[in-house]
Amino acid sequence: MGVSVSANEVADAPQEARERTILGLTGEGWARILAPLAIGIIALGLWEWAVRVNEIPPYILPGPIEVGRTLIRDWHTLQVSLWITLQITFAALFVAAALGLALAVLFAQSRVIELSLFPYAVILQVTPIVAIAPLIIIWVDDIRIALLICAWIVAFFPILSNTTLGLNSADHNLQDLFRLYRASRWQVLMRLRLPTAMPYFLGGLKISGGLALIGAIVAEFVAGTGGRASGLAYRILEAGYNLQIPRMFAALVLVSATGIAIFLAMTLVSHLALRHWHESAMKERK
Amino acid sequence: MTAGPPVVTLRGVAKRYANGTLAVQGVDLAIGQGDFVSLLGPSGCGKSTVLRMIAGLMGPSTGSIEMAAGGNAAGDIGFVFQEPTLMPWSSALKNVMLPLRLAGTARSEAEDRAAAALAEVGLKGFEKSYPRALSGGMKMRVSIARALVTKPRLLLMDEPFAALDEITRHRLNNDLLTLWALERFTAVFVTHSVFESVYLSRRIVVMAARPGRVVEDMEVNEAYPRGEVFRTSAEYAAHCRAVSEALHGAMGE
Repeated sequence: MGVSVSANEVADAPQEARERTILGLTGEGWARILAPLAIGIIALGLWEWAVRVNEIPPYILPGPIEVGRTLIRDWHTLQVSLWITLQITFAALFVAAALGLALAVLFAQSRVIELSLFPYAVILQVTPIVAIAPLIIIWVDDIRIALLICAWIVAFFPILSNTTLGLNSADHNLQDLFRLYRASRWQVLMRLRLPTAMPYFLGGLKISGGLALIGAIVAEFVAGTGGRASGLAYRILEAGYNLQIPRMFAALVLVSATGIAIFLAMTLVSHLALRHWHESAMKERK
Repeated sequence: MTAGPPVVTLRGVAKRYANGTLAVQGVDLAIGQGDFVSLLGPSGCGKSTVLRMIAGLMGPSTGSIEMAAGGNAAGDIGFVFQEPTLMPWSSALKNVMLPLRLAGTARSEAEDRAAAALAEVGLKGFEKSYPRALSGGMKMRVSIARALVTKPRLLLMDEPFAALDEITRHRLNNDLLTLWALERFTAVFVTHSVFESVYLSRRIVVMAARPGRVVEDMEVNEAYPRGEVFRTSAEYAAHCRAVSEALHGAMGE
Protein backbone atom coordinates (compact mmCIF):
# COMPACT_ATOMS: atom_id res chain seq x y z
CA MET A 1 0.00 0.00 0.00
CA GLY A 2 1.88 3.06 -1.19
CA VAL A 3 1.02 6.71 -1.08
CA SER A 4 0.32 8.52 -4.31
CA VAL A 5 -1.43 11.69 -5.26
CA SER A 6 -4.86 11.12 -6.81
CA ALA A 7 -5.70 12.15 -10.36
CA ASN A 8 -8.55 14.15 -8.85
CA GLU A 9 -6.13 16.28 -6.83
CA VAL A 10 -3.81 16.87 -9.77
CA ALA A 11 -6.72 17.82 -12.00
CA ASP A 12 -7.76 20.31 -9.34
CA ALA A 13 -4.45 22.17 -9.50
CA PRO A 14 -4.85 25.65 -10.93
CA GLN A 15 -3.66 26.10 -14.50
CA GLU A 16 -2.42 29.34 -15.90
CA ALA A 17 -4.58 30.46 -18.74
CA ARG A 18 -2.80 30.22 -22.07
CA GLU A 19 -3.96 32.81 -24.51
CA ARG A 20 -3.36 33.07 -28.22
CA THR A 21 -0.54 35.48 -28.93
CA ILE A 22 0.23 37.69 -31.90
CA LEU A 23 3.95 38.47 -32.28
CA GLY A 24 4.53 37.48 -28.66
CA LEU A 25 1.74 39.58 -27.19
CA THR A 26 -1.85 38.67 -26.39
CA GLY A 27 -4.73 40.57 -27.89
CA GLU A 28 -5.12 42.50 -24.66
CA GLY A 29 -1.38 43.19 -24.56
CA TRP A 30 -1.56 44.82 -27.98
CA ALA A 31 -4.63 46.83 -27.03
CA ARG A 32 -2.80 48.06 -23.97
CA ILE A 33 -0.04 49.47 -26.16
CA LEU A 34 -1.97 50.54 -29.23
CA ALA A 35 -4.98 52.23 -27.61
CA PRO A 36 -3.02 54.85 -25.60
CA LEU A 37 -0.69 55.29 -28.59
CA ALA A 38 -3.63 56.09 -30.84
CA ILE A 39 -4.97 58.62 -28.32
CA GLY A 40 -1.51 60.21 -28.12
CA ILE A 41 -1.17 60.54 -31.88
CA ILE A 42 -4.66 62.03 -32.21
CA ALA A 43 -3.95 64.55 -29.43
CA LEU A 44 -0.62 65.57 -30.97
CA GLY A 45 -2.29 65.91 -34.37
CA LEU A 46 -5.00 68.18 -32.93
CA TRP A 47 -2.35 70.25 -31.18
CA GLU A 48 -0.34 70.70 -34.36
CA TRP A 49 -3.49 71.51 -36.28
CA ALA A 50 -4.63 74.10 -33.68
CA VAL A 51 -1.21 75.76 -33.71
CA ARG A 52 -1.19 76.00 -37.50
CA VAL A 53 -4.77 77.07 -38.05
CA ASN A 54 -4.62 79.80 -35.38
CA GLU A 55 -1.08 80.78 -36.37
CA ILE A 56 0.09 80.71 -32.78
CA PRO A 57 3.70 81.92 -32.58
CA PRO A 58 6.21 79.36 -31.24
CA TYR A 59 7.16 81.58 -28.26
CA ILE A 60 3.57 81.19 -27.01
CA LEU A 61 2.92 77.57 -27.96
CA PRO A 62 5.10 75.58 -30.34
CA GLY A 63 3.54 72.66 -32.20
CA PRO A 64 4.76 69.12 -31.53
CA ILE A 65 6.76 69.05 -34.76
CA GLU A 66 8.64 72.18 -33.74
CA VAL A 67 9.25 70.67 -30.28
CA GLY A 68 10.60 67.50 -31.89
CA ARG A 69 12.87 69.50 -34.16
CA THR A 70 14.22 71.46 -31.17
CA LEU A 71 14.76 68.23 -29.30
CA ILE A 72 17.00 66.97 -32.09
CA ARG A 73 18.76 70.31 -32.68
CA ASP A 74 19.47 70.96 -28.98
CA TRP A 75 20.09 67.33 -28.15
CA HIS A 76 23.72 68.01 -27.35
CA THR A 77 22.94 70.50 -24.57
CA LEU A 78 19.85 68.72 -23.35
CA GLN A 79 21.57 65.35 -23.16
CA VAL A 80 24.16 66.71 -20.73
CA SER A 81 21.38 68.04 -18.51
CA LEU A 82 19.39 64.83 -18.82
CA TRP A 83 22.40 62.87 -17.71
CA ILE A 84 22.85 65.07 -14.61
CA THR A 85 19.20 64.74 -13.63
CA LEU A 86 19.29 60.97 -14.20
CA GLN A 87 22.37 60.62 -12.01
CA ILE A 88 20.77 62.53 -9.15
CA THR A 89 17.46 60.67 -9.50
CA PHE A 90 19.00 57.21 -9.49
CA ALA A 91 21.50 57.97 -6.77
CA ALA A 92 18.64 59.30 -4.61
CA LEU A 93 16.49 56.27 -5.41
CA PHE A 94 19.31 53.90 -4.58
CA VAL A 95 20.05 55.59 -1.25
CA ALA A 96 16.32 55.76 -0.48
CA ALA A 97 15.91 52.05 -1.20
CA ALA A 98 18.97 51.01 0.81
CA LEU A 99 18.29 53.28 3.78
CA GLY A 100 14.53 52.67 3.72
CA LEU A 101 15.06 48.93 3.75
CA ALA A 102 17.71 49.09 6.46
CA LEU A 103 15.61 51.34 8.66
CA ALA A 104 12.52 49.16 8.15
CA VAL A 105 14.51 46.11 9.24
CA LEU A 106 15.66 48.04 12.30
CA PHE A 107 12.04 49.01 13.06
CA ALA A 108 10.98 45.39 12.71
CA GLN A 109 13.55 44.32 15.29
CA SER A 110 12.38 46.65 17.99
CA ARG A 111 9.00 48.21 18.62
CA VAL A 112 10.63 50.94 20.77
CA ILE A 113 12.88 52.06 17.94
CA GLU A 114 9.93 52.07 15.55
CA LEU A 115 7.75 54.09 17.94
CA SER A 116 10.48 56.65 18.60
CA LEU A 117 11.72 57.16 15.04
CA PHE A 118 8.67 56.71 12.84
CA PRO A 119 7.10 60.12 13.65
CA TYR A 120 10.28 61.82 12.44
CA ALA A 121 10.10 59.94 9.18
CA VAL A 122 6.54 61.23 8.84
CA ILE A 123 7.67 64.81 9.58
CA LEU A 124 10.32 64.48 6.90
CA GLN A 125 7.65 63.26 4.51
CA VAL A 126 5.00 65.92 5.14
CA THR A 127 7.32 68.93 5.07
CA PRO A 128 7.16 70.35 1.53
CA ILE A 129 10.48 69.85 -0.21
CA VAL A 130 10.25 73.30 -1.83
CA ALA A 131 10.36 74.80 1.65
CA ILE A 132 13.47 72.98 2.84
CA ALA A 133 15.37 72.78 -0.43
CA PRO A 134 16.78 76.36 -0.18
CA LEU A 135 18.15 75.60 3.29
CA ILE A 136 19.76 72.37 2.18
CA ILE A 137 21.29 74.11 -0.82
CA ILE A 138 22.74 76.80 1.47
CA TRP A 139 24.04 74.31 4.02
CA VAL A 140 25.55 71.76 1.69
CA ASP A 141 28.48 73.03 -0.35
CA ASP A 142 28.44 70.42 -3.08
CA ILE A 143 25.36 71.21 -5.16
CA ARG A 144 25.02 67.63 -6.40
CA ILE A 145 24.91 66.28 -2.87
CA ALA A 146 22.39 68.97 -1.92
CA LEU A 147 20.15 67.93 -4.83
CA LEU A 148 20.61 64.28 -3.93
CA ILE A 149 19.50 64.94 -0.34
CA CYS A 150 16.40 66.75 -1.55
CA ALA A 151 15.45 63.95 -3.94
CA TRP A 152 16.16 61.38 -1.26
CA ILE A 153 13.89 63.08 1.31
CA VAL A 154 10.99 62.86 -1.13
CA ALA A 155 11.69 59.31 -2.29
CA PHE A 156 12.52 57.66 0.97
CA PHE A 157 9.23 57.52 2.88
CA PRO A 158 7.14 55.19 0.65
CA ILE A 159 9.91 52.60 0.78
CA LEU A 160 10.26 52.87 4.54
CA SER A 161 6.55 52.72 5.34
CA ASN A 162 5.75 49.99 2.81
CA THR A 163 8.64 47.78 3.86
CA THR A 164 7.85 48.24 7.55
CA LEU A 165 4.29 47.15 6.86
CA GLY A 166 5.55 44.17 4.85
CA LEU A 167 7.97 43.01 7.51
CA ASN A 168 5.13 42.98 10.02
CA SER A 169 2.78 41.07 7.72
CA ALA A 170 4.32 37.61 8.00
CA ASP A 171 1.74 34.82 8.23
CA HIS A 172 1.06 33.91 11.87
CA ASN A 173 1.08 30.18 11.30
CA LEU A 174 4.40 30.45 9.47
CA GLN A 175 5.76 32.44 12.41
CA ASP A 176 4.62 29.61 14.70
CA LEU A 177 6.27 27.09 12.41
CA PHE A 178 9.58 28.96 12.62
CA ARG A 179 9.24 29.04 16.40
CA LEU A 180 8.50 25.32 16.47
CA TYR A 181 11.81 24.68 14.72
CA ARG A 182 13.56 27.15 17.04
CA ALA A 183 14.57 29.48 14.23
CA SER A 184 16.86 32.34 15.24
CA ARG A 185 15.83 35.99 14.83
CA TRP A 186 18.15 36.18 11.85
CA GLN A 187 16.61 33.11 10.20
CA VAL A 188 13.10 34.51 10.73
CA LEU A 189 14.20 37.79 9.17
CA MET A 190 15.97 36.27 6.17
CA ARG A 191 13.63 33.38 5.42
CA LEU A 192 10.25 34.74 6.46
CA ARG A 193 9.97 38.46 7.04
CA LEU A 194 12.08 39.78 4.16
CA PRO A 195 10.45 37.53 1.54
CA THR A 196 7.03 38.55 2.89
CA ALA A 197 8.04 42.21 2.66
CA MET A 198 9.37 41.90 -0.88
CA PRO A 199 6.14 42.82 -2.74
CA TYR A 200 5.59 45.74 -0.35
CA PHE A 201 9.15 46.96 -0.85
CA LEU A 202 8.80 46.75 -4.63
CA GLY A 203 5.49 48.63 -4.44
CA GLY A 204 7.27 51.35 -2.48
CA LEU A 205 10.09 51.39 -5.01
CA LYS A 206 7.60 51.94 -7.82
CA ILE A 207 6.20 55.02 -6.08
CA SER A 208 9.62 56.28 -5.01
CA GLY A 209 11.03 56.05 -8.55
CA GLY A 210 8.68 58.78 -9.71
CA LEU A 211 9.11 60.76 -6.51
CA ALA A 212 12.90 60.74 -6.77
CA LEU A 213 12.61 62.37 -10.18
CA ILE A 214 10.15 64.95 -8.87
CA GLY A 215 12.42 65.64 -5.89
CA ALA A 216 15.43 66.09 -8.15
CA ILE A 217 13.55 68.42 -10.48
CA VAL A 218 12.11 70.53 -7.67
CA ALA A 219 15.51 70.86 -6.04
CA GLU A 220 17.05 71.81 -9.38
CA PHE A 221 14.43 74.51 -9.80
CA VAL A 222 15.29 75.95 -6.41
CA ALA A 223 19.01 75.70 -7.08
CA GLY A 224 18.56 76.94 -10.64
CA THR A 225 16.89 80.14 -9.42
CA GLY A 226 20.23 80.88 -7.81
CA GLY A 227 22.03 80.10 -11.06
CA ARG A 228 23.60 76.86 -9.86
CA ALA A 229 23.39 73.35 -11.27
CA SER A 230 22.51 72.47 -14.83
CA GLY A 231 20.02 69.59 -14.86
CA LEU A 232 16.86 69.44 -16.95
CA ALA A 233 14.92 71.73 -14.62
CA TYR A 234 17.63 74.33 -14.97
CA ARG A 235 17.28 74.08 -18.77
CA ILE A 236 13.53 74.63 -18.43
CA LEU A 237 14.11 77.71 -16.28
CA GLU A 238 16.81 79.06 -18.56
CA ALA A 239 14.70 78.51 -21.68
CA GLY A 240 11.82 80.27 -19.95
CA TYR A 241 13.95 83.32 -19.19
CA ASN A 242 15.15 83.45 -22.79
CA LEU A 243 11.67 82.86 -24.23
CA GLN A 244 12.99 79.72 -25.99
CA ILE A 245 9.64 78.06 -25.49
CA PRO A 246 10.22 75.13 -27.91
CA ARG A 247 13.35 74.24 -25.94
CA MET A 248 11.38 74.45 -22.73
CA PHE A 249 8.92 71.95 -24.16
CA ALA A 250 11.73 69.70 -25.38
CA ALA A 251 13.20 69.58 -21.86
CA LEU A 252 9.73 68.90 -20.48
CA VAL A 253 9.32 66.00 -22.91
CA LEU A 254 12.59 64.55 -21.64
CA VAL A 255 11.47 64.87 -18.00
CA SER A 256 8.20 63.05 -18.78
CA ALA A 257 9.97 60.38 -20.80
CA THR A 258 12.40 59.83 -17.93
CA GLY A 259 9.50 59.46 -15.48
CA ILE A 260 7.78 56.93 -17.74
CA ALA A 261 11.03 55.01 -18.25
CA ILE A 262 11.61 54.82 -14.49
CA PHE A 263 8.07 53.60 -13.92
CA LEU A 264 8.40 50.93 -16.60
CA ALA A 265 11.78 49.84 -15.25
CA MET A 266 10.39 49.48 -11.72
CA THR A 267 7.37 47.58 -13.01
CA LEU A 268 9.69 45.20 -14.84
CA VAL A 269 11.90 44.69 -11.78
CA SER A 270 8.80 43.99 -9.69
CA HIS A 271 7.42 41.56 -12.25
CA LEU A 272 10.70 39.66 -12.56
CA ALA A 273 11.07 39.37 -8.78
CA LEU A 274 7.51 38.24 -8.11
CA ARG A 275 6.39 36.36 -11.20
CA HIS A 276 6.76 32.92 -9.62
CA TRP A 277 4.57 33.45 -6.63
CA HIS A 278 2.81 36.74 -6.04
CA GLU A 279 -0.81 37.30 -7.04
CA SER A 280 0.02 40.68 -8.54
CA ALA A 281 2.40 39.14 -11.06
CA MET A 282 0.10 36.33 -12.12
CA LYS A 283 -1.92 35.90 -15.24
CA GLU A 284 -5.58 35.10 -15.02
CA ARG A 285 -6.35 31.54 -14.06
CA LYS A 286 -9.03 29.15 -15.09
CA MET B 1 -0.50 -3.38 18.85
CA THR B 2 -0.89 -1.20 21.93
CA ALA B 3 0.49 2.20 22.77
CA GLY B 4 3.89 2.35 24.43
CA PRO B 5 5.07 4.51 27.34
CA PRO B 6 3.88 8.11 27.18
CA VAL B 7 5.73 10.52 24.89
CA VAL B 8 3.92 13.45 26.39
CA THR B 9 2.03 13.80 29.66
CA LEU B 10 -0.29 16.66 30.61
CA ARG B 11 -1.08 17.08 34.30
CA GLY B 12 -3.80 19.42 35.53
CA VAL B 13 -3.29 21.72 32.56
CA ALA B 14 -5.31 24.92 32.37
CA LYS B 15 -4.92 27.83 29.99
CA ARG B 16 -6.32 31.28 30.57
CA TYR B 17 -5.74 33.83 27.80
CA ALA B 18 -4.68 37.41 28.48
CA ASN B 19 -8.26 38.59 27.90
CA GLY B 20 -9.47 36.38 30.76
CA THR B 21 -11.04 33.58 28.69
CA LEU B 22 -10.49 30.20 30.24
CA ALA B 23 -9.66 28.09 27.19
CA VAL B 24 -9.13 24.75 28.94
CA GLN B 25 -9.00 23.53 32.49
CA GLY B 26 -8.09 20.35 34.36
CA VAL B 27 -6.69 18.44 31.40
CA ASP B 28 -4.89 15.23 32.37
CA LEU B 29 -3.72 13.33 29.36
CA ALA B 30 -0.94 10.87 28.62
CA ILE B 31 -0.22 10.12 24.98
CA GLY B 32 1.39 6.74 24.45
CA GLN B 33 4.19 6.19 22.01
CA GLY B 34 3.02 5.05 18.60
CA ASP B 35 -0.62 5.81 19.36
CA PHE B 36 -3.04 7.60 17.06
CA VAL B 37 -5.10 9.93 19.24
CA SER B 38 -7.85 12.25 18.08
CA LEU B 39 -8.95 15.27 20.06
CA LEU B 40 -12.62 15.64 19.15
CA GLY B 41 -14.96 18.40 20.15
CA PRO B 42 -17.06 21.39 19.11
CA SER B 43 -15.39 24.69 18.31
CA GLY B 44 -14.30 26.53 21.41
CA CYS B 45 -13.55 23.36 23.38
CA GLY B 46 -9.85 24.18 23.46
CA LYS B 47 -8.64 21.23 21.38
CA SER B 48 -6.36 23.44 19.29
CA THR B 49 -5.12 25.14 22.46
CA VAL B 50 -4.13 21.76 23.91
CA LEU B 51 -2.33 20.90 20.66
CA ARG B 52 -0.43 24.19 20.62
CA MET B 53 0.60 23.70 24.23
CA ILE B 54 1.92 20.23 23.44
CA ALA B 55 3.88 21.78 20.55
CA GLY B 56 5.36 24.29 22.99
CA LEU B 57 3.92 27.21 20.99
CA MET B 58 2.32 28.43 24.21
CA GLY B 59 2.74 27.54 27.85
CA PRO B 60 -0.02 26.38 30.22
CA SER B 61 -1.26 28.84 32.84
CA THR B 62 -1.23 26.11 35.46
CA GLY B 63 -0.26 22.43 35.41
CA SER B 64 2.62 20.82 33.59
CA ILE B 65 3.40 19.34 30.19
CA GLU B 66 6.16 16.83 30.21
CA MET B 67 7.88 15.37 27.18
CA ALA B 68 9.56 11.98 27.39
CA ALA B 69 13.36 12.08 27.47
CA GLY B 70 14.91 12.77 24.10
CA GLY B 71 11.76 14.40 22.78
CA ASN B 72 12.71 18.00 23.20
CA ALA B 73 15.01 18.83 20.32
CA ALA B 74 13.83 20.93 17.39
CA GLY B 75 12.43 18.58 14.77
CA ASP B 76 11.15 16.03 17.29
CA ILE B 77 7.70 17.49 16.85
CA GLY B 78 6.01 17.99 13.50
CA PHE B 79 3.01 20.29 13.18
CA VAL B 80 0.41 20.43 10.42
CA PHE B 81 -1.82 23.49 10.48
CA GLN B 82 -5.38 23.81 9.29
CA GLU B 83 -4.12 25.75 6.28
CA PRO B 84 -1.19 24.37 4.29
CA THR B 85 0.92 27.29 5.61
CA LEU B 86 3.49 27.10 2.84
CA MET B 87 5.88 29.88 1.87
CA PRO B 88 4.42 31.08 -1.46
CA TRP B 89 7.80 32.34 -2.66
CA SER B 90 9.41 28.89 -2.42
CA SER B 91 8.97 25.73 -4.45
CA ALA B 92 7.50 22.60 -2.87
CA LEU B 93 11.01 21.21 -2.38
CA LYS B 94 12.30 24.36 -0.71
CA ASN B 95 9.26 24.43 1.56
CA VAL B 96 9.94 20.88 2.70
CA MET B 97 13.64 21.68 3.15
CA LEU B 98 12.85 24.49 5.60
CA PRO B 99 12.96 22.56 8.91
CA LEU B 100 16.26 20.96 7.90
CA ARG B 101 17.79 24.24 6.73
CA LEU B 102 16.72 25.94 9.96
CA ALA B 103 18.51 23.19 11.85
CA GLY B 104 21.66 23.84 9.83
CA THR B 105 21.59 20.77 7.59
CA ALA B 106 23.73 21.20 4.47
CA ARG B 107 21.80 22.16 1.34
CA SER B 108 22.51 19.02 -0.68
CA GLU B 109 21.56 16.67 2.14
CA ALA B 110 18.43 18.72 2.87
CA GLU B 111 17.49 18.53 -0.82
CA ASP B 112 17.80 14.76 -0.88
CA ARG B 113 15.80 14.25 2.27
CA ALA B 114 13.11 16.74 1.21
CA ALA B 115 12.79 15.04 -2.18
CA ALA B 116 12.40 11.70 -0.41
CA ALA B 117 9.72 13.16 1.90
CA LEU B 118 7.83 14.57 -1.10
CA ALA B 119 7.98 11.19 -2.83
CA GLU B 120 6.65 9.61 0.35
CA VAL B 121 3.51 11.74 0.28
CA GLY B 122 3.01 10.97 -3.41
CA LEU B 123 4.37 14.20 -4.87
CA LYS B 124 7.34 12.93 -6.82
CA GLY B 125 7.72 15.17 -9.88
CA PHE B 126 6.24 18.24 -8.18
CA GLU B 127 9.46 19.35 -6.45
CA LYS B 128 9.79 22.51 -8.52
CA SER B 129 6.11 23.50 -8.37
CA TYR B 130 5.20 26.62 -6.48
CA PRO B 131 2.32 26.39 -3.99
CA ARG B 132 0.05 28.45 -6.22
CA ALA B 133 0.25 25.79 -8.91
CA LEU B 134 -0.90 23.02 -6.54
CA SER B 135 -4.43 22.00 -5.52
CA GLY B 136 -5.59 22.16 -1.90
CA GLY B 137 -4.96 18.45 -1.37
CA MET B 138 -1.49 18.65 -2.89
CA LYS B 139 -0.58 21.66 -0.76
CA MET B 140 -1.64 19.72 2.31
CA ARG B 141 0.59 16.86 1.18
CA VAL B 142 3.54 19.26 0.96
CA SER B 143 2.69 20.46 4.45
CA ILE B 144 2.69 16.87 5.73
CA ALA B 145 5.98 16.15 3.96
CA ARG B 146 7.49 19.20 5.66
CA ALA B 147 6.28 17.99 9.06
CA LEU B 148 7.68 14.50 8.46
CA VAL B 149 11.01 15.47 6.92
CA THR B 150 12.73 15.70 10.32
CA LYS B 151 11.42 12.21 11.23
CA PRO B 152 9.54 13.53 14.27
CA ARG B 153 8.51 11.29 17.14
CA LEU B 154 5.30 13.24 17.52
CA LEU B 155 3.11 14.55 14.71
CA LEU B 156 0.53 17.15 15.74
CA MET B 157 -2.25 17.96 13.29
CA ASP B 158 -4.79 20.75 13.71
CA GLU B 159 -7.86 19.93 11.56
CA PRO B 160 -5.58 19.53 8.56
CA PHE B 161 -8.20 18.25 6.13
CA ALA B 162 -11.16 20.39 7.20
CA ALA B 163 -11.00 22.59 4.12
CA LEU B 164 -10.76 19.75 1.59
CA ASP B 165 -13.53 18.13 -0.42
CA GLU B 166 -14.69 14.73 0.81
CA ILE B 167 -13.06 12.61 -1.90
CA THR B 168 -9.69 14.22 -1.28
CA ARG B 169 -10.16 14.03 2.48
CA HIS B 170 -10.79 10.26 2.35
CA ARG B 171 -7.77 9.80 0.17
CA LEU B 172 -5.56 11.82 2.52
CA ASN B 173 -6.95 9.96 5.55
CA ASN B 174 -5.87 6.68 3.97
CA ASP B 175 -2.47 8.06 3.03
CA LEU B 176 -1.97 9.46 6.52
CA LEU B 177 -2.63 6.00 8.01
CA THR B 178 -0.15 4.48 5.57
CA LEU B 179 2.51 6.99 6.57
CA TRP B 180 1.74 6.42 10.24
CA ALA B 181 2.20 2.66 9.84
CA LEU B 182 5.40 3.24 7.89
CA GLU B 183 7.07 5.94 9.96
CA ARG B 184 5.85 4.87 13.42
CA PHE B 185 5.38 8.38 14.74
CA THR B 186 2.88 9.20 17.47
CA ALA B 187 -0.06 11.10 16.04
CA VAL B 188 -2.32 13.64 17.74
CA PHE B 189 -5.10 14.71 15.43
CA VAL B 190 -7.52 17.53 16.18
CA THR B 191 -10.85 17.30 14.38
CA HIS B 192 -14.52 18.13 14.76
CA SER B 193 -15.58 15.22 12.56
CA VAL B 194 -16.79 12.11 14.37
CA PHE B 195 -16.33 10.00 11.22
CA GLU B 196 -12.80 11.15 10.62
CA SER B 197 -11.79 10.53 14.24
CA VAL B 198 -13.24 7.00 14.28
CA TYR B 199 -11.73 6.10 10.93
CA LEU B 200 -8.25 7.28 11.85
CA SER B 201 -7.65 6.83 15.52
CA ARG B 202 -7.13 4.17 18.11
CA ARG B 203 -8.11 6.53 20.88
CA ILE B 204 -10.56 9.42 20.86
CA VAL B 205 -10.46 12.12 23.52
CA VAL B 206 -13.83 13.87 23.52
CA MET B 207 -13.77 17.47 24.72
CA ALA B 208 -16.48 19.95 25.68
CA ALA B 209 -16.56 23.74 25.65
CA ARG B 210 -16.99 26.54 28.20
CA PRO B 211 -14.68 25.80 29.81
CA GLY B 212 -12.73 23.45 27.55
CA ARG B 213 -12.23 20.11 29.25
CA VAL B 214 -11.90 16.39 28.58
CA VAL B 215 -15.19 14.58 29.07
CA GLU B 216 -14.65 11.15 27.56
CA ASP B 217 -11.71 8.98 26.61
CA MET B 218 -12.69 6.23 24.18
CA GLU B 219 -10.90 3.44 22.37
CA VAL B 220 -11.48 2.32 18.82
CA ASN B 221 -10.17 -1.20 19.06
CA GLU B 222 -10.14 -2.09 15.39
CA ALA B 223 -7.25 -3.51 13.43
CA TYR B 224 -5.10 -1.55 10.99
CA PRO B 225 -4.71 -1.23 8.08
CA ARG B 226 -8.18 0.22 7.77
CA GLY B 227 -9.68 0.81 4.37
CA GLU B 228 -12.96 1.31 2.58
CA VAL B 229 -14.17 -2.02 3.99
CA PHE B 230 -13.84 -0.63 7.51
CA ARG B 231 -15.55 2.59 6.49
CA THR B 232 -18.68 0.65 5.54
CA SER B 233 -18.59 -1.93 8.35
CA ALA B 234 -21.08 -2.29 11.19
CA GLU B 235 -18.28 -1.86 13.72
CA TYR B 236 -17.41 1.53 12.22
CA ALA B 237 -21.04 2.61 12.41
CA ALA B 238 -21.29 1.44 16.03
CA HIS B 239 -18.16 3.39 17.01
CA CYS B 240 -19.47 6.46 15.27
CA ARG B 241 -22.75 6.21 17.15
CA ALA B 242 -21.00 5.78 20.51
CA VAL B 243 -18.63 8.69 19.91
CA SER B 244 -21.44 10.83 18.61
CA GLU B 245 -23.48 10.15 21.72
CA ALA B 246 -20.53 10.99 23.95
CA LEU B 247 -20.04 14.22 22.00
CA HIS B 248 -23.68 15.26 22.27
CA GLY B 249 -23.72 14.30 25.92
CA ALA B 250 -20.72 16.56 26.39
CA MET B 251 -22.52 19.39 24.63
CA GLY B 252 -25.49 18.91 26.95
CA GLU B 253 -27.98 17.82 24.30
